[in-house]
Amino acid sequence: MINIEIDGKHIEVENGCSVIDAADRLGIYIPHFCYHKKLSIAANCRMCLVQIEKAPKPLPACATPVAEGMKVFTASEQAVKAQKGVMEFLLINHPLDCPICDQGGECELQDLAVGYGGSASRYSEEKRVVLHKDIGPLVAAEEMSRCINCTRCVRFGTEIGGATELGQAFRGEHAEIMAFMSDTVDSELSGNMIDLCPVGALTSKPFRYSARTWELSRRKSISPHDSLGSNLAVQVKNNHVMRVLPIENEDINECWLSDKDRFSYEGLNSTERLTKPMIKQGGKWLEVEWQVALEYVTNGLRQIVHKAGAEHIGALATPHSTLEELYLLQKLVRGLGSHNVDFRLRQSDFSADSKQTGAPWLGMAVADINHVDRFLLVGSFLRKDHPLLASRVRQATKKGAQVNLIHATDDDLLMPLANKEIVPPTEMTTVLAQVLKALAITKQATLDTSVQEAVQSVTLSASAQAMADSLASGERVAILLGNFAQQHPQASQLQLLAQHIAALCGATFGFLGEAANSVGGYLAQAVPFVGTAHGMNASTMLAAPRKAYILLNVEAELDTHNPQQALAAMNAADMVVALSAYKHHATEYADVLLPIAPFTETSGTFVSSEGRAQSFKGTVQPSGEARPAWKVLRVLGNMLNISGFDYNNSETVRDEALGSADVSAKLGNILHGMTAQATTWNVAELQRVSDVPIYAADAIVRRAASLQKTRDAATPRALMHSVELTKLNLKPGEMVKLTQGHGSARLTIIADDSLPHGIVRVAAGHAITAELGAMFGDIMVDRA
Amino acid sequence: MLSEQVREKTDRELKKYPPDRKQSAVMSALRFIQDEKGWINTEDMADVAAYLDMPQMSVYEVATFYNMYNLKPMGRHTLTVCTNLSCQLVGATETLNYIKNKLGIGVGEVTADGKFGLREGECQNVCDEAPLFMINNKKTCGHLTKEKIDQILAELDKE
Repeated sequence: MINIEIDGKHIEVENGCSVIDAADRLGIYIPHFCYHKKLSIAANCRMCLVQIEKAPKPLPACATPVAEGMKVFTASEQAVKAQKGVMEFLLINHPLDCPICDQGGECELQDLAVGYGGSASRYSEEKRVVLHKDIGPLVAAEEMSRCINCTRCVRFGTEIGGATELGQAFRGEHAEIMAFMSDTVDSELSGNMIDLCPVGALTSKPFRYSARTWELSRRKSISPHDSLGSNLAVQVKNNHVMRVLPIENEDINECWLSDKDRFSYEGLNSTERLTKPMIKQGGKWLEVEWQVALEYVTNGLRQIVHKAGAEHIGALATPHSTLEELYLLQKLVRGLGSHNVDFRLRQSDFSADSKQTGAPWLGMAVADINHVDRFLLVGSFLRKDHPLLASRVRQATKKGAQVNLIHATDDDLLMPLANKEIVPPTEMTTVLAQVLKALAITKQATLDTSVQEAVQSVTLSASAQAMADSLASGERVAILLGNFAQQHPQASQLQLLAQHIAALCGATFGFLGEAANSVGGYLAQAVPFVGTAHGMNASTMLAAPRKAYILLNVEAELDTHNPQQALAAMNAADMVVALSAYKHHATEYADVLLPIAPFTETSGTFVSSEGRAQSFKGTVQPSGEARPAWKVLRVLGNMLNISGFDYNNSETVRDEALGSADVSAKLGNILHGMTAQATTWNVAELQRVSDVPIYAADAIVRRAASLQKTRDAATPRALMHSVELTKLNLKPGEMVKLTQGHGSARLTIIADDSLPHGIVRVAAGHAITAELGAMFGDIMVDRA
Repeated sequence: MLSEQVREKTDRELKKYPPDRKQSAVMSALRFIQDEKGWINTEDMADVAAYLDMPQMSVYEVATFYNMYNLKPMGRHTLTVCTNLSCQLVGATETLNYIKNKLGIGVGEVTADGKFGLREGECQNVCDEAPLFMINNKKTCGHLTKEKIDQILAELDKE
């Protein structure tokens, strides 16, 4: 430890700490622009110059490491003179356009200029002009003359985002921030550059010129998208969500937000919002009063229970619904006498149900990911499904962590991979069995009988051996099953094998939950198995059509594993009640549309992948006649005379749902009573592999206009290995007809030689592929 | 695609650096391209990025930072006149103006026949020979007078 003194205050800090960090711990603020605690040190703005005893000239506090006995003066005459000098230079070329600058009021340069700048400029020559750039639909780089070349955006891209999309070209007075060949910035974390920019050079394109920062009230919320549970500051003006910013939480999102969390708010103000209850009569949609709509629903449900039996009622919800909503939905359905309720709409293998020790979760704290030294990622589009979690894994690789990947596609994770096995979905269990076998040999361990047979039959490959060696050499090992592994037709087999691999190398193993409430859904018991009772799961409920469906936030053709089957079931049903924030395709098959509030308009709770229950309050009033879904379900419960529906607020619902025990007691990834199978399923010549594109994953982002203009939201194309294309006599760029079951889709076909043979990669969750069948399974490709 | 010659030379450079530091060879690779075709376009930079396994933008940063890389065609003979202090003191401005008038082009331009390009440059570290220019970044010609310039240009014209 090193003892230093800053402005007369003594502090002991560790070796290698910078003066600015030490000052920060003492609560002494040193002005700065280029320094950022999460980024590397550039020391190019020179604003943090301080006086240090025995140093002949002022030194930059950010790039000066502490030394024993160092005496620092941050506000001495010399320091302040240096800081004022730097400020004068920074302002020489900075335009005086604060009144029309979007950053005005939240600008670091503006703030510091008040403290350190002169009241008038001594510089009367021409200022430099930097031309504006178009770097995509999210980040505006329209006024690059304002740039002070701190390079925070460049360093963010390289160090946190993993790709150097922006750079500083030219030099000296001509230096400017730009993208190579006027390219766009496509990072799924690009919005953070707006926060980082200390001036108004990079601003938010969707938010620009719509409000001033001091007009906005700031309300806390929780992200409803991925399972990280990012903390949001929702900024509101006139009962309208104007923008979303991160709230710093070192354990979750640090100081970042993914673009999905940041820009999805545009979907809240979409013109597709459903604002009045509607009933379909004689094929026409009528707007009605809530009372009429609710009576229609209760009468309908009662009739179906009476005539066909309660088991003919099925309820489906998305894992983006709140804990309270999911809890009341299952309580309502169970009150009617049915156990057919599920939120795992994209899952296809339910054989692990009730064989698990608890709700499947991450198995560790999110913050611990940074300290893992060996990863085994199984079936994950990590960057697109979990952008900020991917960034944590990337940070871990910088400290030497090895990442091993078993997946069906080879998308660039923008981090070094130690080993990878890109195989068709049918072979994923085999690869895991190989890794398990190799580990068992290395560790000279006897395998559990439940996996012995599956492991015996496989022959070791070199890469499986390399993966096993990598895992065995780690001290803190994590095995993470991604969305793809959870949607996989052998999900529980993958889980079982991962569990045994984890046991052999002392690893934690867990699931990267698909959505904000993937853990919460289990805790809310929105699953068909509770105690001894067993209802139908999301898959069987659609395979064997029910007479009535209650849909909570569900768009049947986009949110399910098999949209073809889902739509058929909806069309065949006598009654479909859709609780939705949006008017969507349900107008084709539903009988009642009940307008409910998205996350900004209701109170609720999301339980993140790490098992953290985070409650939030509504930030604005519900749009039109929309109401929080938990209230709608409560009233339905009351009208159906189901007992226990007398809640005064969402907190009581939450407390009942979570019970008195700690959440952590209800989590558990361990499977009991399952046997690993050596065989895989039979497949035709071509099988489908599906990702859910990042901006197609839930109802809100699908309607977020700016996100929909990004490259990630481009119309999906089908991808195949070029050998397969040649076999079918197809050329890349041609339109093809993809057929599954009785439905088909027309897409452009593209060659992708990183895919395994026998695979067609087709996105799910998108309107263009909604006629197709299951996310995994046989598929046919013909020339369109 | 980088030409075989550029790749060969770059490979030789790469031997000087650790295998995971391939981008260390970026300046050499850009130089080889310029030697071969006189200038470097953005496709070349993208090729270098792919070859050295580094971000395209980082190659662009290097190529635009250093003055001696030509980012557009600069003629068969690029004359780079030093206009730094020592040269200025002994009449670099007149030298530059003389060449401008003689060739009928401005700084950063190329003669219509594509033979000569003119650039302003930085100190060549031979201030005792001022005023001076460099030909194609390879050959320094110092102690310039009008007569000497006429003579050099006439010789280059014949090539």
